[in-house]
Amino acid sequence: MNFYAVKAIYKFEMARMWRTLGQSIASPVLSTVLYFIVFGSAIGSRIDGIDGISYGAFIVPGLIMLSVLNQSISNASFGIYFPRFTGTIYEVLSAPISFVEILLGYVGAAASKSLVIGTIILLTSGFFVDMEIQHPFWMILFLVLTSVTFSLFGFIIGIWADGFEKLQVIPLLVITPLTFLGGAFYSINMLPPLWQKISLANPVVYLISGFRWSFFEHSDVSLGVSLAMISIFLLLCISAVAWIFKTGYKLKA
Amino acid sequence: MKSVIQMKQLNKVYEDGFQALSDINLEIRKGEIFALLGPNGAGKTTMISVICGIVNPTSGTVTVDGYDIIKDYRASRAIIGLVPQELTTEAFETVWNTVSLSRGLFGKAPNPEYIEKTLKALSLWDKKDNKIMTLSGGMKRRVLIAKALSHEPEVLFLDEPTAGVDVDLRKGMWSLVHELRQTGVTIILTTHYIEEAEEMADRVGVINKGRLIVVEEKNELMKKMGSKTLSVQLPFSMRELPEDLKSKRIDLEADGKVLNYTYDTQSEEDDICDFFDLLKQNGISFKDITTKQSSLEEIFVSLVNK
Ligand SMILES: Nc1ncnc2c1ncn2[C@@H]1O[C@H](COP(=O)(O)OP(=O)(O)OP(=O)(O)O)[C@@H](O)[C@H]1O
Ligand SMILES: [Mg+2]
Repeated sequence: MNFYAVKAIYKFEMARMWRTLGQSIASPVLSTVLYFIVFGSAIGSRIDGIDGISYGAFIVPGLIMLSVLNQSISNASFGIYFPRFTGTIYEVLSAPISFVEILLGYVGAAASKSLVIGTIILLTSGFFVDMEIQHPFWMILFLVLTSVTFSLFGFIIGIWADGFEKLQVIPLLVITPLTFLGGAFYSINMLPPLWQKISLANPVVYLISGFRWSFFEHSDVSLGVSLAMISIFLLLCISAVAWIFKTGYKLKA
Repeated sequence: MKSVIQMKQLNKVYEDGFQALSDINLEIRKGEIFALLGPNGAGKTTMISVICGIVNPTSGTVTVDGYDIIKDYRASRAIIGLVPQELTTEAFETVWNTVSLSRGLFGKAPNPEYIEKTLKALSLWDKKDNKIMTLSGGMKRRVLIAKALSHEPEVLFLDEPTAGVDVDLRKGMWSLVHELRQTGVTIILTTHYIEEAEEMADRVGVINKGRLIVVEEKNELMKKMGSKTLSVQLPFSMRELPEDLKSKRIDLEADGKVLNYTYDTQSEEDDICDFFDLLKQNGISFKDITTKQSSLEEIFVSLVNK
């Protein structure tokens, strides 16, 4: 194991993050505050709580997930796409490191950044609503699993993309709708039965449900199912990345 | 002498079906400076990229210090430093950070003193905290060299290190290369300048259209490269060469106004004075003279057409 390489990549990527700290944190925090003002205060005050949870508090886990998903994907995809774009990837390819080490460095850094942002949003939420986290351990576990899994997914997008447009496409066209329809702002039990069934095909439902359970013990699907789904997605991403490195797909001519 | 890199039957066919390397067999000796010459698109960068692990070989084997570049990639890559042809840099990073990253990537523990020494040797020390994008092209090239040297490689690839580099810096690089060789580093460089190969290399390989045409000691090749042509502009049109001047070395251009004398700068036998004596004896006066070194391009052509 080439620990120095993992550390070097991680440090380098984190330095990039600190340099752009303002914008990395400002935009998710700003959008979260906006959501709170619009959904939490303005509209939320007209909505009865959901299963005894105030609406403002109910949307907190969803909002955190929304940011964590988007941040993980955009950080990780940009982190690997940029060196491909500029050509500096040659150095990583010529270094004595395995794909596991490359992943630990790039995906580890992207996931760390998402975790930081998730935590900041959680703290920001504290200013708007009172809430108690029932299962902090599970909450952290879900946050970490989600950050890692979606950073991996972002990494794959960053390797697949051959233009800056493609980098934007997946988060915009896929992740945002999935999160909005994944129960960030409502409980899927509130949907008509047919839509409830359709929602179960949306992987984000399981993330938000499990995450929300760790806050309020309220979930749309059982905890076990949530964990199983996210693990499956994690494994799928790992296999995809393993294949990419084995074949050199889009990395090596 | 011990070989440090061995290529056997190496082939590279790119995805679009283009064969960039054909049956390359080449050994690089430990501690030598090897110049790889060839026209644009010959396959120089491709060969280097395969050895460094950036491009997958299609068939054949390559070993570095006895380690297979695929099976034992960690061991083979750890001892290689690469300065790429393109100026690809992390524009927004500082010189210090990017060089430190390189050292880490190659599995070496941080060593600020060594990096300081390297940056000083490359006259980059006062720029260490600058973002790379604020550097000039020649400085960026030196940053790439610093990155390649950051992990104390035993084998160094320099892919056109002096393209776009001014005369002073070029001389500086030549002496750097010589110094590195003193410390036992094997150096493989590509270049389009003859004088560079002449100045630096122990051996020269010529590659064209993916095939290695010649691998020779520099001094041998220099004899071929050393041929020059001296052209004499005549004030009148000569219809035929006088008997005295008829030789392999002398020919008359079609319009009869220029006499060309081909000679070898390396050879002791060739004497330009003899040629002028001949002209004088035959009462041939002239308006002007020019000399021309046979270009690398011409040598390639002659080598390829052989
Ligand atoms: N990724 C690629 N896909 C397809 N063909 C490629 C690829 N990379 C290089 N080639 C082709 O392979 C040939 C050799 O390219 P290479 O870069 O090795 O040449 P070179 O000898 O380094 O030339 P130069 O002196 O211009 O740097 C060229 O015809 C080039 O177009
Ligand atoms: Mg080249």
